[in-house]
Amino acid sequence: MGDSMGTDTGRKIRVLVAKPGLDGHDRGAKVVARALRDAGMEVIYTGLRQTPEQIVAAAIQEDVDVIAMSILSGAHNVLFPKVMDLLREKGVDDILVVGGGIIPDEDIPALKECGIADIFTPGTSTSETVKFIEENVKRRS
Amino acid sequence: MMWNIKQGYVSLAMQRLRRLVHVYVGGIVELNQSNLKGELDRWKSTTYGKTCARFPERREKFEGTSGIEVQPVYTPLDTEGIDYLEDLGFPGEYPYTRGVQPTMYRGRLWTMRQYAGFATAEESNERYRYLLEQGQTGLSVAFDLPTQIGYDSDHELALGEVGKVGVAIDSLADMEILFNEIPLDKVSTSMTINAPAAVLLAMYIAVAEKQGVSPEKLNGTIQNDILKEYAARGTYIFPPKPSMRLITNTFEYCSANVPNWNTISISGYHIREAGATAVQELAFTLADGIAYVQAAIDAGLDVDEFAPRLSFFFAAHNDLFEEVAKFRAARRLWARIMKERFGAKKEKSMRLRFHTQTGGSTLTAQQPDNNIVRVALQALAAVLGGTQSLHTNSRDEALALPSQESVMIALRTQQIIAYESGVADTIDPLAGSYYVEALTTQIEEAAADYIRRIDEMGGAPMAIERGFIQSEIEESAYRYQMEIESGDRIVVGVNEFYIEEEPPKGLLKVDPAVADLQCKKLADVKASRNGEAVEKSLEALKAAAEGTDNLVPYILDAVREYATLGEICDTLRGVFGEYKPSGAY
Repeated sequence: MGDSMGTDTGRKIRVLVAKPGLDGHDRGAKVVARALRDAGMEVIYTGLRQTPEQIVAAAIQEDVDVIAMSILSGAHNVLFPKVMDLLREKGVDDILVVGGGIIPDEDIPALKECGIADIFTPGTSTSETVKFIEENVKRRS
Repeated sequence: MMWNIKQGYVSLAMQRLRRLVHVYVGGIVELNQSNLKGELDRWKSTTYGKTCARFPERREKFEGTSGIEVQPVYTPLDTEGIDYLEDLGFPGEYPYTRGVQPTMYRGRLWTMRQYAGFATAEESNERYRYLLEQGQTGLSVAFDLPTQIGYDSDHELALGEVGKVGVAIDSLADMEILFNEIPLDKVSTSMTINAPAAVLLAMYIAVAEKQGVSPEKLNGTIQNDILKEYAARGTYIFPPKPSMRLITNTFEYCSANVPNWNTISISGYHIREAGATAVQELAFTLADGIAYVQAAIDAGLDVDEFAPRLSFFFAAHNDLFEEVAKFRAARRLWARIMKERFGAKKEKSMRLRFHTQTGGSTLTAQQPDNNIVRVALQALAAVLGGTQSLHTNSRDEALALPSQESVMIALRTQQIIAYESGVADTIDPLAGSYYVEALTTQIEEAAADYIRRIDEMGGAPMAIERGFIQSEIEESAYRYQMEIESGDRIVVGVNEFYIEEEPPKGLLKVDPAVADLQCKKLADVKASRNGEAVEKSLEALKAAAEGTDNLVPYILDAVREYATLGEICDTLRGVFGEYKPSGAY
């Protein structure tokens, strides 16, 4: 794992780990949050039941570089794109957005199409997620 | 009231010490324990030690999920502290270590109960009738998340969630369809519903009335366990205090009106799935159970009035012996708590009856057919552990809701264990295994130790409030994940023995049109009911919530008028407020 320091300013990568929708399965979100923190990132976890509006507002307010969303209820096809739409509405295009959870392979292309950088499904190691974020984070504010 | 579990264990330790000096006389062979100790030491330093020196074992240390070290071999020395009559007893007798029923599966097999429900009431009804035709013996209803959190399908927070993880129920009209042509006096129905449990129970009673079935003939369970929602599962609505009131209200209402109903299913399952070890699952579940019993006693109920209808729900994971020991320890520990701590007099109050579900979090998205084998092992553990009912997960649950074919394999797995394996033919067949008995005692003691710590914090609600239970679970979940990533823990097909594979086919998909359909049905119900009567019933409920009456009769009145789940819960939200977790970081 790298040191997760932004090369431009030396600022740590800031990540919002978010649970959109109503499902309470946040074991994965919490494990990922801790792994990102152990990899040297600053992590904010939203807690459960966040609306897309709340997630986007938190991301802007906390000035994060990355939004990592987790859904296990099957609502991803509705809620992930909604987050992307809201980000675009707010003129935000430099936040890296990734998703995870129980997400069927066949749903992934459309989610990527709408701007989710990658989707991590069950069995993904946290080090893969860390590496992906380090290599793909867009901004160093 | 603080119960000194320590004291209990001091006297237990004294008994064990006394028994140390016992000499076992078995026919012509006289085996002295100190001889055995000497012989074991000799074996360790010679036969075993020499081999280990030449061929080291696979690991330096073997451990179960709970961190209890597993010895190379177990002998009578490991069970010498156990008094057969006092610690094990006979099936159907205190402390129920060997099972809660006198004949166990020789009399009647466990209830095969597959958790199911998706999309609309019509589709779920079809799945239930299919399962009953396939030989399933009880129903288990999965509700979608808006239903579990008390929102109607047209609520903005229901967006994308309607019919996804279970069936959408907005009003009695949906419930009537859900149980269409299913005689409620013939089946037992378990409903995974917590915060609005009283509302769904009221709907069930109302459907039964329409079928001509009186409440005393109803059999089933509502989960109704709010503490584990705060700690691990997340579908809470109200703050703890009014939530506990709703729970004790259902205890009271059912003991008078629905006597065969299990009024709560105190659940370790979700605690385990969130990452807890076997010991933590047991400890936190029984700590929650203690809180419910105390709350009901504090509300003025007699322990022997409601305790016989308490039930439990545990997970079965892969470590077969640890799981069996956990189930046996659970019965013994609960029996002692009920008798010694709460002074229960009725035998039924001391019996820990439980449902088991195989461990969803142990299933892999990789090589999903391997999950059939995992489920079979876990189901075997549940049966060897004496479960009263069982849900076996389907192979595709790490990918989607299960397909009909996968559900059938899962049900067949139970039937093969029941009818072909022979394990159901004698009671508690692993009793007397040096390993299983030693492990049962170790797990019981470790769980009792946790319970003592939770008592010192002021009980489970306080331990949850302080985040203790959540952080213990999170710590275990993280450790487990790191063990997988370091290769210390092998998960077949995930970090070892992997293959390139095609994406799985035939996964169940819920039609997104379900949400629109459900909203239309909801609008129809609202248009056709007596609006004035609905309003009146909700006003009465509001007034009752502000006072101290039992709320169940008011909820039942509102349900009968086709007040929706969302309207009823909103009425209660208006009085009780909503729970806001402090845990986000």
